[in-house]
Amino acid sequence: MDKLKLMKIANEVRKGIVTSVHSAKAGHPGGSLSAADIFTYLYFEELNIDPKDPKKADRDRFVLSKGHTAPGLYSVLAERGYFPKEDLKTLRHTGSYLQGHPDMKHIPGVDMSSGSLGQGISAAVGMAIAAKLRGDDYRVYTLLGDGEIQEGQVWEASMLAAHRKLDNLVVIVDNNNLQIDGAISEVNSPYPIDKKFEAFNFHVINIDGNDFDQIDAAFKEAKTVKGQPTAIIAKTLKGKGVSFMENQAGWHGKAPNDEEYKIAMEDLEKAGEALCQM
Amino acid sequence: MSDVKKIATRDSYGNALAELGTEHKDIVVLDADLAAATKTGVFKKAHPDRFIDCGIAESNMMGVAAGLAAAGMVPFASTFAMFAAGRAYEQVRNSIGYPHLNVKIGATHAGISVGEDGATHQCNEDLALMRTIPGMTVICPSDDVEARAAVRAAYELDGPVYMRFGRLAVPVINDRPDYKFVIGKGVVLREGKDVTIIATGLPVCNCLEAAEKLAADGIEAKVINIHTIKPLDEELVLAAAKETGRVVTVEEHSVIGGLGSAVCDVLSEKAPTKVLKIGINDVFGESGPALELIKKYGLDADSIYEKVKEFTE
Repeated sequence: MDKLKLMKIANEVRKGIVTSVHSAKAGHPGGSLSAADIFTYLYFEELNIDPKDPKKADRDRFVLSKGHTAPGLYSVLAERGYFPKEDLKTLRHTGSYLQGHPDMKHIPGVDMSSGSLGQGISAAVGMAIAAKLRGDDYRVYTLLGDGEIQEGQVWEASMLAAHRKLDNLVVIVDNNNLQIDGAISEVNSPYPIDKKFEAFNFHVINIDGNDFDQIDAAFKEAKTVKGQPTAIIAKTLKGKGVSFMENQAGWHGKAPNDEEYKIAMEDLEKAGEALCQM
Repeated sequence: MSDVKKIATRDSYGNALAELGTEHKDIVVLDADLAAATKTGVFKKAHPDRFIDCGIAESNMMGVAAGLAAAGMVPFASTFAMFAAGRAYEQVRNSIGYPHLNVKIGATHAGISVGEDGATHQCNEDLALMRTIPGMTVICPSDDVEARAAVRAAYELDGPVYMRFGRLAVPVINDRPDYKFVIGKGVVLREGKDVTIIATGLPVCNCLEAAEKLAADGIEAKVINIHTIKPLDEELVLAAAKETGRVVTVEEHSVIGGLGSAVCDVLSEKAPTKVLKIGINDVFGESGPALELIKKYGLDADSIYEKVKEFTE
């Protein structure tokens, strides 16, 4: 799929994120928007999946370890056809299957329930080990937040992943540099992130996570790596695509009001129109 | 009871796993650097390719087990009760319990019978912690026969199971031809009309001995072995309470949140009955030989006999 097409889809995914969080009157738009390009690439280019058969045995697995960015995952799943896009407006509503954090029991396309930070990567490691034990050739992908890697469990999981030479595992860190209390470098710096994963025996790739050329190159490179897992450190812009949310820690976990929602959708409509001119 | 065959239920766990592993290729066993103590080493020797040592990282081990289960395998995650239910509580709740994944947790070295290692390693709170997780089956076998049957039953059940095993060798009390293990079904070991003793795990054998002494005093105690703490055999508990009018619970666990609490939950709602809870009385344990600690903390036959006698007077 060409880059322009992916950019257009990502723009639609961003609209879904803003719309669902606005409707929920709660949720996490900042980190969903920063990772929207990665979500889009995974579900429209990288993953061997079938929206008509969400549980097919040989599918690639994706675990959203930074589970609070469920709006990003749900939006891309809807865009890919796992469930109707209208349902995004039920996010976080009582009785909706679209829970505040990913729920594998009720949401088509969700491979693992997650939300408590640091836990998703462990499940991804388990899935990758299962593939190795049974000789299955599916691959496992997991997306982590850069604040999330402050959790010790991330490093327990990383140690085991490298120890067991899980070259079917790709860990992506959404490095938007912000967490709830501010810049990650000021709260409790995990930098240098790449050096840490290198020291844990990962193959490490640094990219701009909002650039489809670099995303594409990174995932293609990851497939060539043998004998060790890959970590893609994706530098991104938190709130990407919505002018007043960009690079603002305050938009980590806050919903736009009606006025803000209008501005956000105007931003994204304009971006969409610009993409159509290209 | 020195002439009776004794075996620690952790040994039963390891032996049963190795056997099951031969029958079922989807079984995978995880440990956190304690294979020699949890006895998963027996499985490792028989099936090295399906043994995963996660190192000293129990939280990650529970998550890895969740991932293996999500991918269709049947993982048995093993470590001491303190670390399985305590350290990794939230991983068990959120990564295993919430998605109701088919993970079996083999928790050894439960209770004060851990002995010399002392309070940091004597988990008297695990039943309470695990019982509160929706959909979690909680099993606490009393001897080798029951422990091996529990491992098999846990494999057959689709869903998360917490199994509690001990370090200390305990007498085999269930080796009779008609013994049948059914998850959620208590076992009446002795009939009696004056009082019901409901016990789980290690002190079940001591309760039988205490019941004999009570009989000599003219007190007939019904003894029920509750190997499944959750789901509790409510029917059996209610019937026994109505029949004898007095209930004593005995467990190698805190009197807060374990078997005693589970029994009281049922009785207070459906058949208010006076209950005496025998267990660890809201204190931490300490170092010492297991049998001495069992006596000191009132879980030996003599202590149980005295408490029940006083309760029935």
